[in-house]
Amino acid sequence: MDLYEHQAKRLLSAYGIPIPIGEVATSVDGAGQSARRLGCNGFVVKAQILAGDRKQAGGIRFASNPTEVENAARALLGTKLVTRQTGSRAARVDAVQVEEQIRTLDLLYLAITIDPQTGTVVMLASRAGGDDIEVRASTDRDVVHRIALSLDGPRLVGDFDSAAKQIASEPRIAAGLVTVMRNLAAAFIGSDATLAEINPLCISEEGRLYALDAKVTIDDNALFRRPELARLKAERTGADPDELEAQRHQINYLKLDGSIGCVVNGAGLALTTLDLLESAGGSAANFMDIRTTATSLDIAHGFGLILANPAVRAIYVNVHGGGMQRCDTIAEGLGIALRKVSRRVPIVMRLAGNNAAFAQTVLRNNGVAYTAADDMSDGARLAVAAVRKEAA
Amino acid sequence: MAILITPDTKVMCQGLTGRAATFHCGRMLSYGTKLVAGVVPGKGGRTHLDLPIFESVGDAKAATGATATLVFVPPDRAAAAIIEAIEAELDLAVCVTERVPVLDMVRVRQALAGSRTRLVGPNSQGVLAPGIGQLGVMSTVDARRGGIGIASRSASLTSEVVLQTTTAGLGQSTTVGVGGDPVHGLSLADTVEMFLADNETEGIIVVGEIGGSEEEAVAALVGARKPRKPIVALVAGRHAPPERRMGHAGALATGGAGSAASKISALERAGVQVVRDASQVGTTMREALRSSALAGS
Repeated sequence: MDLYEHQAKRLLSAYGIPIPIGEVATSVDGAGQSARRLGCNGFVVKAQILAGDRKQAGGIRFASNPTEVENAARALLGTKLVTRQTGSRAARVDAVQVEEQIRTLDLLYLAITIDPQTGTVVMLASRAGGDDIEVRASTDRDVVHRIALSLDGPRLVGDFDSAAKQIASEPRIAAGLVTVMRNLAAAFIGSDATLAEINPLCISEEGRLYALDAKVTIDDNALFRRPELARLKAERTGADPDELEAQRHQINYLKLDGSIGCVVNGAGLALTTLDLLESAGGSAANFMDIRTTATSLDIAHGFGLILANPAVRAIYVNVHGGGMQRCDTIAEGLGIALRKVSRRVPIVMRLAGNNAAFAQTVLRNNGVAYTAADDMSDGARLAVAAVRKEAA
Repeated sequence: MAILITPDTKVMCQGLTGRAATFHCGRMLSYGTKLVAGVVPGKGGRTHLDLPIFESVGDAKAATGATATLVFVPPDRAAAAIIEAIEAELDLAVCVTERVPVLDMVRVRQALAGSRTRLVGPNSQGVLAPGIGQLGVMSTVDARRGGIGIASRSASLTSEVVLQTTTAGLGQSTTVGVGGDPVHGLSLADTVEMFLADNETEGIIVVGEIGGSEEEAVAALVGARKPRKPIVALVAGRHAPPERRMGHAGALATGGAGSAASKISALERAGVQVVRDASQVGTTMREALRSSALAGS
C-alpha cells in the first residue's frame, strides 16, 4: 500500500523526523482556511497523488498568501496529472497538501528499501537530492551511497555515522543526519515498509533538516500486524471500483485500452497472454489473473466485469489447469456468467492441464458457444480474427 | 538424477493438518513422494494421513530421518517455521505459503546465510522431479521423466512449459518454482547452476518475467560459464502496461534492471535463446538440443 505524501509525512513525524508544518485539504475553501491557520510567509501547494516527479508536471505550486493558495488549489483539485512515474494511467488529484515553504540551502536524498538481489534492507543516501537523482546517479556512480542494514531483533542497524560524514561535511549537520537516518530506520521496520524515501531532505537556511517530501510504501502482506495502517487502506478512495470488486472475488484485474477481454489463471500466463495478443496484432482490454482460491462464482464475477466493458469485442480464455485451479472450475464460472448476462461476444478458449477435457463437457452442458484453440498462440490469433470479423 | 530431491529423500510437512496441506500431501503421497512425517505444534503424537505428527522439526528429523520439509504454514508463522527448519539443519525447505511479509523473509535470508539448508520459495508451486517425487502444489498430469531442467518464476507458465516439453518428447529432470515474492530462497541463477552440474539435465529452460533482476543474474552466470548445454528462456511481460512508480529508490537500488527489454538483451548477449512465441518453448528446446548434438558429434 502506497501512502499519500501527507500520510507518509505524518508517519515519519511520529518517528521524530522534522517536517514542514502543513495541512491536507480537499477543497479550495479548505486550502484557503488551512493557509490562514498556518499563517506562514510562503506556502507550497502540493497535489496528493501516488507517484513522484510531480514538479515537472505542474503538481507543485508556490504561493505567498491564502488567496494564491486558493488559486493553486483550484488549479490542481479535480485535475488529472501525468508525471514520468504515473504509468499507464493519469492520477486524479483529490487532495492538496498546503504547507510552509522552507528556504533551503541544500537538498539531500535519503531512502530505505529492500534490495531483492541480496535479500537485504539497504539505505541509499546522497548529497545530490531532488527530482533528477536517477539521471545524476546514472552518470556518476558515487552520487549515491549504499549503506547495508541488518535486522537485529526489533531494530534495523547500520553504520550511519560514516555515511553521514561522507555526505555532510559540517559536523552539526552530519549529527542531525545520523538522527534522521536512525529515525527513518525505526519508521521503516516499525511500519513494515518496503520503501521509505525522503527526497529532498533539505538543509534549511537556519541549518536544520526537514523532510520536504516523503514516499512510503507499506507491505500489504504485513497489514495484519499493523492495524493502524490497515485502517488507512480501508479509508482509501479513488481506486478503480471494478478492480476492487475483482479483488473481493480472488481476481487480480486491471483495465487496459484494447478490445479483447482476457480470462487467465496465473500472473505469468496472464502477462504472456498480453504479449501473444500484441504479437498477433491485437490488444487486450484487461489483465486478469484468477487466483487459485477463486470459486466458480468468483470467476463468474470476473467474466461479468469483462462483459460489462463496452470496448470488449471478443473474449480469450487462456487457462492452464493447475493442482488447485482446475479447468472445469473456470468453465463452470463462464456458464454461470452467461446465464446472468445477456450480452454475447465471440469466445475463444485455450484449455490445457488439469481437467481440460472435462471442462469441454462442462461448457457443452452449459450450452456455451466457443472456438477451441490448439495452443495459446493459436488462441491469440483466433481472438484477433474474431474482433476483425466483428468490425467488418 | 534430479536436482534437490532423490528417490530416497524423506520429506516432512510443517502444517500437515491444514485443509490445503492435507489435500496436497495426499496427492504427493499418491505420486510416490516419501512423505514420512508432519510437524504441527500442539498435535504431537497424533497421526494424520497415516503419518506421525511431531511437535518440532528436530523431533521429526530425529525420529524419521527426514531431510526435507514442505512448509505449509500460514503467512504470519511461515518465516518462523522456515527458520526452525534451518536451525534443525535440514537440506531442503520448500515453502508454498503466499503473502509472507517481506521483512520476515529478510530475516529468513539472514538465517540462511552460512547454513546447510536450501530454501525454495515462499509463494512457490514447489519442486517436481517427474517419477521421483513432488514437494509442492503443482499439477503432475503432463509431467514425464526426461532431460529438461525448468527454473521458473511463474507457476502457471511452468505447467505450460512442462506440457510443451512433454509434447516435444523431451520430458523434465526437475522443475523448480523459485517463487513470486521479491525476497526468496534459491534464485533462478542458483537453480540454473544446479542444472548445469546435473548430468541428467541436457537442456535448461528459464521462465522469467518483468521485475527484479534475476534474469540479468542468469545472463551474468551463463556469460561467465559459457556452458555447452542449451539454455532457452521465456520472458513474460514484453507488453505489460507501464507501472506506476513511487519515487526513485527502486531504480537506484537495482541499477535499471527489470524491464523485459533489459532482460531479453542481457540473456541474448550471454548466448541464451529467448523465445518470443510462448507456445514454441518446447519445440525451440528440441531444435536447440538437435543442433548442439550435431555440433558435438
